[in-house]
Amino acid sequence: MAVNDMGNYDTRNTLETFGFLPKMDNNEIQAQVAYILANGWSPAIEHEHPSNATDAYWALWKLPFFGETDMGNVLDELEACHRAFPDHHVRLTGYDNYSQTQGSCFVVFEGRS
Amino acid sequence: MADTSYKAGVKEYRDKYWTPDYVPLDTDLLACFKVTGQEGVPNEEVAGAVAAESSTGTWSTVWSELLTDLEFYKGRAYRIEDVPGDPESFYTFVAYPIDLFEEGSVVNVLTSLVGNVFGFKALKHLRLEDIRFPIAYIKTCGGPPAGINVERDRLNKYGRPMLGATIKPKLGLSAKNYGRAVYECLRGGLDLTKDDENVNSQPFMRWRDRFDFVAEAIDKAERETGETKGHYLNVTAATPEEMYKRAEYAKEVGCPIIMHDFITGGFTANTGLANWCRDNGMLLHIHRAMHAVIDRHPKHGIHFRVLAKCLRLSGGDHLHTGTVVGKLEGDRNSTLGFVDQLRESFVPEDRARGVFFDQDWGSMPGVFAVASGGIHVWHMPALVTIFGDDSVLQFGGGTQGHPWGNAAGACANRVALEASVKARNEGRHIEAEARDILTEAARTSPELAVAMETWKEIVFEFETVDKLDVS
Repeated sequence: MAVNDMGNYDTRNTLETFGFLPKMDNNEIQAQVAYILANGWSPAIEHEHPSNATDAYWALWKLPFFGETDMGNVLDELEACHRAFPDHHVRLTGYDNYSQTQGSCFVVFEGRS
Repeated sequence: MADTSYKAGVKEYRDKYWTPDYVPLDTDLLACFKVTGQEGVPNEEVAGAVAAESSTGTWSTVWSELLTDLEFYKGRAYRIEDVPGDPESFYTFVAYPIDLFEEGSVVNVLTSLVGNVFGFKALKHLRLEDIRFPIAYIKTCGGPPAGINVERDRLNKYGRPMLGATIKPKLGLSAKNYGRAVYECLRGGLDLTKDDENVNSQPFMRWRDRFDFVAEAIDKAERETGETKGHYLNVTAATPEEMYKRAEYAKEVGCPIIMHDFITGGFTANTGLANWCRDNGMLLHIHRAMHAVIDRHPKHGIHFRVLAKCLRLSGGDHLHTGTVVGKLEGDRNSTLGFVDQLRESFVPEDRARGVFFDQDWGSMPGVFAVASGGIHVWHMPALVTIFGDDSVLQFGGGTQGHPWGNAAGACANRVALEASVKARNEGRHIEAEARDILTEAARTSPELAVAMETWKEIVFEFETVDKLDVS
């Protein structure tokens, strides 16, 4: 490939799973929430300032939503957390209590850094 | 009934070791062999011989047998079955009492089960198809140093397969150039990179220099991407002492994971290294060089599902399993059969997947299945479907062969992976819709678009040599 045709790859700060995809719209976020609920996992919201993003623990927004079945409620809470902490990253996690892992975890809103 | 008086001479194996009425105990270790006897030898005699020669028996009666109770210690052939579509061979099932084996030693189990018996003259071919390890034995083995869930927590990777690559060219780079190749892959979006299996400590790149430069590559990529990264530093060496020396240094430079070749290195070395990893908080990636010598022939050797089970007991956090879709041998159902053995806590008998026994793994941690070899972005939806989240998908040429280089190649694979996972979660049939999903994703990723153009023609379509025996 001629050098003028070659692209240059700039390193990105990508925040793990789904960090390489375009920002999701509400329908796409809702589909991922539905996936978490369909697997029987507990959705949870966590947030943290970008300067501490590599910490293992981010602050929990309320408690994980044990037994929640309404996708709308989860989306409302994501919005509420984002409004309360506009400069924080906000991520959605699906806690799997059987194998004690996170079946899903991705950043929904990126904080202004 | 034990003999009580000594009569010298040669006895027929089947008299003592063919016991069709025997009901195996929960504590017995069970084995299924595919047997091809010499012509004219009855199947029961061959089955008895396999049980005898892999447990207590020898060709001649000896007086000292009467000092013990061989009825308690002997292996028993308890069932014979036809092999579908193969009139020449048959399956024999053998039960071994648990006391025949030292606790926590797959070395001891294999030395018995696949020892002298494989050279036995009455057999034309012999293949160990499967072993049922009793849970009582499993509880004596250390198993994976960390296991799938602990590794996810350490590396902060959730809800998707991990993405890796073996650094190329596999031999000949200096340590500093090698570290550059690692850095480019990691900054572009791979989670892990890997030493090739034959990278040990050659004149062009000594191990210590490699470890130093790779450690810097990982640190820099982590700082710049905000993600957790790793590289499997291969500590396979000529001696255990050298292996441990390298493992200690990998820990010292802060690498989270090391690598070992469990067949060429041997199960003794592997089990020792797994124990060291558990004690030192290190993850262990396992490569399987030499496996095809042992497992590829459909009538002789050891099926890979047995080697995979032995590795889970000996210890490893990752194991190569083949890709099904890439350049290396691997039947889909058979591969799924042994992938289950690596990851699940219970695997039921399923002949359609080549699984001959129920296998209870209890609380033994799981091992990530590693798909590596001749795969590229077009394979991604199929790989995500076949291997699921608890896997490492490794694209060597498929990352570093990208026209813009390693970082862009890594990015292309990461975009393809995440697009596939996202679509799967949305309920789409990603294998059938592969082209649409990748084409959509490429609209916002020029790196992926270039990769799709580069590898659009490459397929590996050859018949599998070792097929499952199905009617």
